[in-house]
Amino acid sequence: MSQQGYVATPPYSQSQPGIGLSPPHYGHYGDPSHAGSPPGMMKPAGPLGAAAPGGMLPQGPSPPGPHQFGQNGAHAQGHPPQRFPGPPPVNSAASSYAPYSPSTPSSYPSPASTSVIAQLGHQLSAMHINSYGSGMAPPGQGPPGPPSAPLFQGPPQPPQPSIMQPGSQVLPPPPTTALNGPGASPLPPSTHRQDGLPGPAPLNAQYQPPPPPGQTLGTGYSPQQAANYGPQMAGGQLSYPGGFPGGPAQMAGPPQLQKKLDPDSIPSPIQVIENDRATRGGQVYATNTRGQVPPLVTTDCVIQDQGNASPRYIRCTTYCFPCTSDMAKQAQIPLAAVIKPFATIPSNETPLFLVNHGENGPVRCNRCKAYMCPFMQFIEGGRRYQCGFCNCVNDVPPFYFQHLDHIGRRLDHYEKPELSLGSYEYVATLDYCRKNKPPNPPAFIFMIDVSYSNIKNGLVKLICEELKTVLEKLPKEEQEDTSAIRVGFITYNKVLHFFNVKSNLAQPQMMVVTDVGEVFVPLLDGFLVNYQESQSVIHNLLDQIPEMFADSNENETVFAPVIQAGMEALQAADCPGKLFIFHSSLPTAEAPGKLKNRDDKKLINTDKEKILFQPQTNVYDSLAKDCVAHGCCVTLFLFPSQYVDVASLGLVPQLTGGTLYKYNNFQMHMDSQQFLNDLRNDIEKKIGFDAIMRVRTSTGFRATDFFGGIFMNNTTDVEMAAIDCDKAVTVEFKHDDKLGEDSGALIQCAVLYTTVGGQRRLRIHNLSLNCSSQLADLYKSCETDALINFFAKSAFKAVLHQPLKVIREILVNQTAHMLACYRKNCASPSAASQLILPDSMKVLPVYMNCLLKNCVLLSRPEISTDERAYQRQLVMTMGVADSQLFFYPQLLPIHTLDVKSTTLPAAIRCSESRLSEEGIFLLANGLNMFLWLGVSSPPELIQGIFNVPSFAHVSTDMTLLPEVGNPYSQTLRMIMSIIQQKRPYSMKLTIVKQREQPEMVFRQFLVEDKGLYGGSSYVDFLCCVHKEICQLLN
Amino acid sequence: MATYLEFIQQNEERDGVRFSWNVWPSSRLEATRMVVPLACLLTPLKERPDLPPVQYEPVLCSRTTCRAILNPLCQVDYRAKLWACNFCFQRNQFPPAYTGISEVNQPAELMPQFSTIEYVIQRGAQSPLIFLYVVDTCLEEDDLQALKESLQMSLSLLPPDALVGLITFGRMVQVHELSCEGISKSYVFRGTKDLTAKQIQDMLGLTKPAMPMQQARPGQPQEQPFVSSRFLQPVHKIDMNLTDLLGELQRDPWPVTQGKRPLRSTGVALSIAVGLLEGTFPNTGARIMLFTGGPPTQGPGMVVGDELKVPIRSWHDIEKDNARFMKKATKHYEMLANRTATNGHCIDIYACALDQTGLLEMKCCANLTGGHMVMGDSFNTSLFKQTFQRIFSKDFNGDFRMAFGATLEVKTSRELKVAGAIGPCVSLNVKGPCVSENELGVGGTSQWKICGLDPTSTLGIYFEVVNQHNAPVPQGGRGAIQFVTQYQHSSTQRRIRVTTIARNWADAQSQLRHIEAAFDQEAAAVLMARLGVFRAESEEGPDVLRWLDRQLIRLCQKFGQYNKEDPTSFRLSDSFSLYPQFMFHLRRSPFLQVFNNSPDESSYYRHHFARQDLTQSLIMIQPILYSYSFHGPPEPVLLDSSSILADRILLMDTFFQIVIYLGETIAQWRKAGYQDMPEYENFKHLLQAPLDDAQEILQARFPMPRYINTEHGGSQARFLLSKVNPSQTHNNLYAWGQETGAPILTDDVSLQVFMDHLKKLAVSSAC
Repeated sequence: MSQQGYVATPPYSQSQPGIGLSPPHYGHYGDPSHAGSPPGMMKPAGPLGAAAPGGMLPQGPSPPGPHQFGQNGAHAQGHPPQRFPGPPPVNSAASSYAPYSPSTPSSYPSPASTSVIAQLGHQLSAMHINSYGSGMAPPGQGPPGPPSAPLFQGPPQPPQPSIMQPGSQVLPPPPTTALNGPGASPLPPSTHRQDGLPGPAPLNAQYQPPPPPGQTLGTGYSPQQAANYGPQMAGGQLSYPGGFPGGPAQMAGPPQLQKKLDPDSIPSPIQVIENDRATRGGQVYATNTRGQVPPLVTTDCVIQDQGNASPRYIRCTTYCFPCTSDMAKQAQIPLAAVIKPFATIPSNETPLFLVNHGENGPVRCNRCKAYMCPFMQFIEGGRRYQCGFCNCVNDVPPFYFQHLDHIGRRLDHYEKPELSLGSYEYVATLDYCRKNKPPNPPAFIFMIDVSYSNIKNGLVKLICEELKTVLEKLPKEEQEDTSAIRVGFITYNKVLHFFNVKSNLAQPQMMVVTDVGEVFVPLLDGFLVNYQESQSVIHNLLDQIPEMFADSNENETVFAPVIQAGMEALQAADCPGKLFIFHSSLPTAEAPGKLKNRDDKKLINTDKEKILFQPQTNVYDSLAKDCVAHGCCVTLFLFPSQYVDVASLGLVPQLTGGTLYKYNNFQMHMDSQQFLNDLRNDIEKKIGFDAIMRVRTSTGFRATDFFGGIFMNNTTDVEMAAIDCDKAVTVEFKHDDKLGEDSGALIQCAVLYTTVGGQRRLRIHNLSLNCSSQLADLYKSCETDALINFFAKSAFKAVLHQPLKVIREILVNQTAHMLACYRKNCASPSAASQLILPDSMKVLPVYMNCLLKNCVLLSRPEISTDERAYQRQLVMTMGVADSQLFFYPQLLPIHTLDVKSTTLPAAIRCSESRLSEEGIFLLANGLNMFLWLGVSSPPELIQGIFNVPSFAHVSTDMTLLPEVGNPYSQTLRMIMSIIQQKRPYSMKLTIVKQREQPEMVFRQFLVEDKGLYGGSSYVDFLCCVHKEICQLLN
Repeated sequence: MATYLEFIQQNEERDGVRFSWNVWPSSRLEATRMVVPLACLLTPLKERPDLPPVQYEPVLCSRTTCRAILNPLCQVDYRAKLWACNFCFQRNQFPPAYTGISEVNQPAELMPQFSTIEYVIQRGAQSPLIFLYVVDTCLEEDDLQALKESLQMSLSLLPPDALVGLITFGRMVQVHELSCEGISKSYVFRGTKDLTAKQIQDMLGLTKPAMPMQQARPGQPQEQPFVSSRFLQPVHKIDMNLTDLLGELQRDPWPVTQGKRPLRSTGVALSIAVGLLEGTFPNTGARIMLFTGGPPTQGPGMVVGDELKVPIRSWHDIEKDNARFMKKATKHYEMLANRTATNGHCIDIYACALDQTGLLEMKCCANLTGGHMVMGDSFNTSLFKQTFQRIFSKDFNGDFRMAFGATLEVKTSRELKVAGAIGPCVSLNVKGPCVSENELGVGGTSQWKICGLDPTSTLGIYFEVVNQHNAPVPQGGRGAIQFVTQYQHSSTQRRIRVTTIARNWADAQSQLRHIEAAFDQEAAAVLMARLGVFRAESEEGPDVLRWLDRQLIRLCQKFGQYNKEDPTSFRLSDSFSLYPQFMFHLRRSPFLQVFNNSPDESSYYRHHFARQDLTQSLIMIQPILYSYSFHGPPEPVLLDSSSILADRILLMDTFFQIVIYLGETIAQWRKAGYQDMPEYENFKHLLQAPLDDAQEILQARFPMPRYINTEHGGSQARFLLSKVNPSQTHNNLYAWGQETGAPILTDDVSLQVFMDHLKKLAVSSAC
């Protein structure tokens, strides 16, 4: 029935106009060869797509290669409506192809012309052009050919033959190789276009003359530019597009490099981000191609699910897996996926479709239990299908039978999301429920620490007041009017107080449980209630709580029993749920989970440092296990004024998929806004309960390691008491066997969970990756942001078991190894001392350095142990976007603000040298926000923003900017809210004045500089890596 | 013999004492041959409207091992202002206050009519009475409602300054805090976990932390009483709050699935109640009042599991050693009872349910602490409601008929030692010169604690004559016994009641007639019955009966007049004549027979038997039967099936039941409606008369008896038929000819058969 309902929805009900026309050959991925039959063509971008992302240049129109593109465009127009369109299907699709046209070679001339000028800005842009220009390398493939033609004509041709065969169309080795030239295409070894820091490149010499000699910058960039255009002109001589400026002499030895390296000349993350934004921002990204590298997380675009999960759900470290484990070992590039199964989808993208097979339940492979997905191949007229994961041939269940069309595709292909989409949901049957009973709707329990300090600083009152309004906004199913979530309340100090808020009571009743040694739930009926029904009693209670404990001078608290109580309450009510715990102190009262202050700075920099990150007792570990078993998620709001042992307290929130919020030295007037925002956000956010995630892979590799807010009882099932839209799980893959280039690598992530309305559902995300036996393919398809996410999580996990020193060494070594491998196998031969970075990893060193400088990995006694444990925990559940921002903060020059435009000003690199006395800068890393005011900040800006006459009048103890009715203020506040919008944590704003004490804190976030507490500058680190690479190469 | 009867009656009225023997055999050997031990029933707080307490403290013998109290039996040297203790012969100086003493100016305690005297102790802080309600919430809705109303009503009956507390229990145990305004607050305990008193106090926050005490000391020394104030509050302060709280009490909210009993944590609830009072008000008068509607089903003290398919233990199970939880539960409640007794508190049990509620296991709580035990079918019955109300009845002075934390000390003259006591008491384990090595009942001590008692509470106290045969007591010698009862009066005063009695010694060989004549067969029957019931608690039923029979036969052999081997010649003197009949009915009573009674019922009956005074005890042994007919005024008739006649109305009082039974003809008349016809007004009166009399009994008795109004052929007539002597049964129906009573369908022996056997055995030389 629901299928019918589903069918009725417009996108699917449309018949596919193109189907009939489309050529009999396999797949809906139209290929250029069929471009001749324009309207029916599916998507010619397939083969190009792989090449295109790298190769795009946003520049002007494309005179050359017009045919191809014209056709592409035509396809695009004909085609998108058939897909599951986002809101503006046709247009967006069209626009999505638009960028292809600009990227034609014709664009080259223009940058070239500008690049001649040796200006910094241009150089920057040139550099980025360069980096992406590397994508342009295809010209290199056809070195002899004219720049325009070879680029786009070349690629299509090779695929033609291969396209005839299933699967091969996804594999466009020739074109892609062209992108990064080196390894992939054996043809023109000379066409290397890797970004990298060239050593004393031969070309350097060639190209040095043109730029002004005296400037190192110039020297650095001119070769790049040369490199850019080099292929066309010079036939692929350029080996260091990454633009390492140093002259030959400097290149001789890394140490020397160091001194004279110009920060502007080394790869800039900002540039990379801006380039990607420029090329792919605001467009439609369709996930129809296997192994397609998505836009960067920092790039805004519309994602259209066309058979692979949106990168919002899954991002991989590389979109091309090596075929063999030997190759993987050689490259040492982690094979991992960062999965954010509940990621928030912007309103202009299609929400997940819900498939309901009624009592039959989802269709699954009999052998590997993979769920029906686009990777299943129907055969024998539709009676059977072959599983893409385990290759098992299954019978199609009778209820699911459908005839195949002439291309072997089911006639209902576009009517069923599970056949044509990368992500969708199933309604789960009772078999998927605990005890085979439909689950009860979840419950939220609010547990407030009412010990003396929390009463004293007004926190309890604040929470109670806030709850009154925020409870109105409990998450609910879209179609429901009210939330099915029930709520309950507990307060505690060293004993627990439960509240009976049954709707028929005139007054709430309080029940004290003092047996914290063996805590239990004193009441069932009346504890968890529907907020709407019991509203008056709950308000009454929330009014009374602050008064009730006003005279309390109880300082001691318990913690583990609080969680235990919440969990047991949920267990008794037989529902999953979430505990919101508001806690402030080290739980020292006599009870299980009692903690002592063990913050021993002497352990730092010893082998025992790891102990500081481990929980003090194993009580919390087993508690977390119980919580997960009962679907009890714990979110902890911490308000510490001193050491509270976050490592121990945070364990349960982490393992149960909850969130840990920490507000040091909470002060009502300073921090309440941040806290309230977090609270509201956390209560309202999308969440699934009692979840089990399973990652299935096609044969040849498998998921081996999982990182995140998860709990694992065995090696395959990822259990999560709850998972919300901000939590990501990073999964590492290892080879079992050889992977075939044809079949590629398939990943299916299935999450079984309970919705806020109490429905059991399965959420399926499918992703197909390429496989290649060419290292160059691998390097070409890497994604640095995901890599850093993986490195951070694996390092932060290792922190528990290994000395930090070892971990840091491993990170540096692996970085060097990855780059050295590239250098050795993919880059064109060049002087050993030349630093060559693959285009996709251009910013890996800077990000890696940021990771190494994170306080978790810095063994410094100045940093609070709690803060380190806190950040460790945060990162463990971060998605790629969050980790990117966290490690490399966004620094925006506010003084250059265009108050008339709504776009953010271009970010600048996080280095002190980029600040200026006349400027005002906004820095955000996802946790903190700083507004840095230069001493000579323009007074009109100061006036505009702060409504005070001068710099000196600005008070720094505000955490909210005043609402001033002028464009500066409005725009700045709007910018801040845009930055804040997508972030899981509310950022606390700190006003920093130049040359004042708090600036020290701010400086720590200028991650390209040498760190306050150690940690090398970007430049230093780059040299260090280079040295390592040199050693490896030798 | 009238003189002895008068003497006995007079003594009872004055001193609340009845001895089995009123002339004492003067040697140990002779005393043992008397069969019935020298013993007495003592009602320590017998109501004496004519006895105003004296407002000073008693004068004690200065010998530390004696400490007897000055009494009329003491020799006084008025000139030297000395007095000689009649127990140890120590010569004592009168205290300074007695300087004015002379033959004509005697203090009350020296006057013979003040053999019983009561002192009021002015020393020491007076602490208010405490009533702690422990309420089961696993009840049916209407039951709970009725109970709530009763409890609310009781608040108005309590002394205004009394402290009250409330604990409710079901699956969990809740200790309600009564002081808080606004939100109602309670401390909750798991029903399955036993806690030590220390833990309970910690968890309730009753332990005084060292810090606050020090802070409080300089400023407010008054801090201490308020420690417990959260849970125990003066009635006048919080009666509104508590009334509301009681009104809002809900049934236990935890779901009870089909086929299960509700989980009831009686054991832990009691434990917490005990622990709460233990920590806050040790040695202060306090009642823990447990209201329960079913058996404990979880935690320590559980009596039966929650599976309904497993029934609660029966006597059959107990005999087969099939009662899984009994021993453990009993141990738990005994431990609680002992702790409570140590603290001087008492526990009442009000159990109202159709099935058993575990009284067998819990009985010690009431038995050892002097608490009440009330068993009913439902809280929604007048039996419970009125009984409960009666607890708060007041005496002629307007004081509550309850006293707390009493210790009873017995002092004897040298020829006697005290062997033990049977009643609602525990031993205080005080050894002394007058403690016998042989124990009868609770022995090995000369002091007992009675935590809760009322004016009818009666103890059986057993003595041993230790005077050796070869050291005869001089002619005219008297033995003396002093009972000293210290207690907290319901007005919260500490009081001491002293009863000193003396009896003549007689040489059993030469003066057996005297001794015989001074035999109090009623007291003896009750005292022997108490011994029997006491034994029945620990021994097999048949053994006890055999023991009782043997005692009876020996008594008959000793005091009967007969020719050997000639049963027909057997005669007993008047002072013994009723004794065999008492024993006959005792043997049939529920105190010794468990057949047809549940273990709970047995416990209930025994509980009351061990604490009621002589009159009530006798009614329990041998119910009273009155006959109402047109043939004359109402008259007592034999408790015999022959008394059941068609034209009579019978009123039977078994103490636990009041049965009105209409004979066959009467019932027919009533059915025909004659009572409504003016011309048969006398019939109406006849019908009304037993009702009025029953009302009178119902009014006075505690606990209120079950009131049964039945008629010939009615199902409830079984209550009557099971009690009467089955002189006519289906076996001998036709042998008895015309004088028809009602045949009883039983194989039990009748009194006649019993007596025949007794005579035969008594005259036989075989035993």
